[in-house]
Amino acid sequence: MADTRVELCGITLDNPVIPASGTFGYGYEFAELYDINCLGSFSFKGTTLEPRFGNDTPRIAECPSGMLNSVGLQNPGVDAVIREELPKLRKVFRKPVMANVSGFSADEYREVTKRLSESEISDMIGWFEINISCPNVHGGGMSFGTDPCMAAGVVKTVRKVTEKPLIIKLSPNVTDIAAIAKACEDEGADAVSLINTLMGMRFDLKTKKPLLANVTGGLSGPAVLPVALRMVYQTANAVSIPVIGMGGVSSAEDVLEMMMAGAAAAEVGAANLRDPYASKRIIDDLPAAMEKYGIDKLSEI
Amino acid sequence: MKQCMMTVIENMSLTHDTHRMRLEGDVSAFDAPGQFLDIQLDGRFLRRPISLCDLDYTDQYAREGVLTIIYKVLGEGTEEMTRLEKGAELDVLTGLGNGYDLSDAGTRPLLIGGGVGVPPLYLAAKKLREKDLDVTVILGYNSTDDIFYDDEFRMLGCDAVIATADGSAGVKGFVTDAFRQLDPDFTHFYSCGPEPMLRAVFEEVYKGAGIRGQMSFEERMGCGFGACMGCSIQTKNGSKRICKDGPVLRTEEIAWQIPE
Repeated sequence: MADTRVELCGITLDNPVIPASGTFGYGYEFAELYDINCLGSFSFKGTTLEPRFGNDTPRIAECPSGMLNSVGLQNPGVDAVIREELPKLRKVFRKPVMANVSGFSADEYREVTKRLSESEISDMIGWFEINISCPNVHGGGMSFGTDPCMAAGVVKTVRKVTEKPLIIKLSPNVTDIAAIAKACEDEGADAVSLINTLMGMRFDLKTKKPLLANVTGGLSGPAVLPVALRMVYQTANAVSIPVIGMGGVSSAEDVLEMMMAGAAAAEVGAANLRDPYASKRIIDDLPAAMEKYGIDKLSEI
Repeated sequence: MKQCMMTVIENMSLTHDTHRMRLEGDVSAFDAPGQFLDIQLDGRFLRRPISLCDLDYTDQYAREGVLTIIYKVLGEGTEEMTRLEKGAELDVLTGLGNGYDLSDAGTRPLLIGGGVGVPPLYLAAKKLREKDLDVTVILGYNSTDDIFYDDEFRMLGCDAVIATADGSAGVKGFVTDAFRQLDPDFTHFYSCGPEPMLRAVFEEVYKGAGIRGQMSFEERMGCGFGACMGCSIQTKNGSKRICKDGPVLRTEEIAWQIPE
């Protein structure tokens, strides 16, 4: 019997499959489709201090083997997440969830993490995933993830308010992602997750203008898998903390590839938007894929 | 929402750029006109969301049936759809979105559709006519060559009025020009069409004539089932996802500012 269990910062996951932030909401709507307790965990929608509508529409564009999004961190704000969203999740999900925290300043990351840590739902949270890599917001977001010093500053600030594992979500829109990961590790990050989306754009041939109202957006989907594998490989060789791999993962085989590149677990993003059952299907397919490639224990790849 | 495989049993052109497809399979997830389906096409990453135009059950349990969609060729994806042959199997998400609430229709509902906004009104008209209501339909097109389904609405027993932008058929102008020529004593309205048309209808029919209604919105979607937040719009009741909280919104909640 194939053993799909993996460990992530001291917490054992039944399998390494984690729906990525922004593709799974706060989980409970997917629970209407299937029992989401089959997941390793999932990372909830990027949460900021204040409610955000995000960018103007259109904020989705299709690409060969993928898509661009410029949603811009739409979310109801941390207080509403604590009051309304997570109590709904608690009714349908028994496993530790990954709390994705976004912000526009180091203080905002700290405050959101603090409020979640001190709330009555803090027991639901297994890890904090600090998103310093959103390409779709201005004056924050990705700018923290493109400079080792700024990234380290965020880690240092957030580290003070939580004992829970801190995962830093990194941007691929950099020259040397391993250097950023190293800077995060040095300030006490427990893991890094990568890659967030790659900045891109498309034009509307009829209007001759950018298709997205925000002009640029983040590319995700199978198109980015090779880039993600390369960056996970480079990062895993540079740091000793766990690396969570994501970027175009759409099948059990992709999960295996991510782990061969050095990932401790894999997040599944855009695939959930094409097929709402994608994460469940990947989990169901994992044992057979492991058997096919002679892998008994996933944690030993 | 339900994911299922559906079989193409008809795929034909209605006009130079508008086509009709009939799909057979599990239709149990649909419960209102105005809902839509999201079709996966080979080689395309995102699905194609298309409104439900008609629905006929083929069993007594309202599970199996035939649904009709009408789609306009807008890009490569819809172009490929025209080449699908009878017997093709499609991966479809069914029963998506919140449709029209027909319980508000009153005794004399008005339906207003423009272009590919016409199809979802057909099933609404059919259901309203089943209740034997006095249904008026205003259908707007660019030109006489673009007209489809006007006869189908008449066959349901609706009073159908045509407007064409170039005046080549019916009233010259927009659906609002046709509205002005009617007795405005309607009890409720249902509408679907491009945003400029919806704005004109909002201003003239809701704000001007004081008739409340429900309008179906279109937006570029990612997933089609509420996960990606790609298609959100701001309303008086906060942000709404067109795909999940819509596509049908009530005039009272729409946040458009109309110049006084």
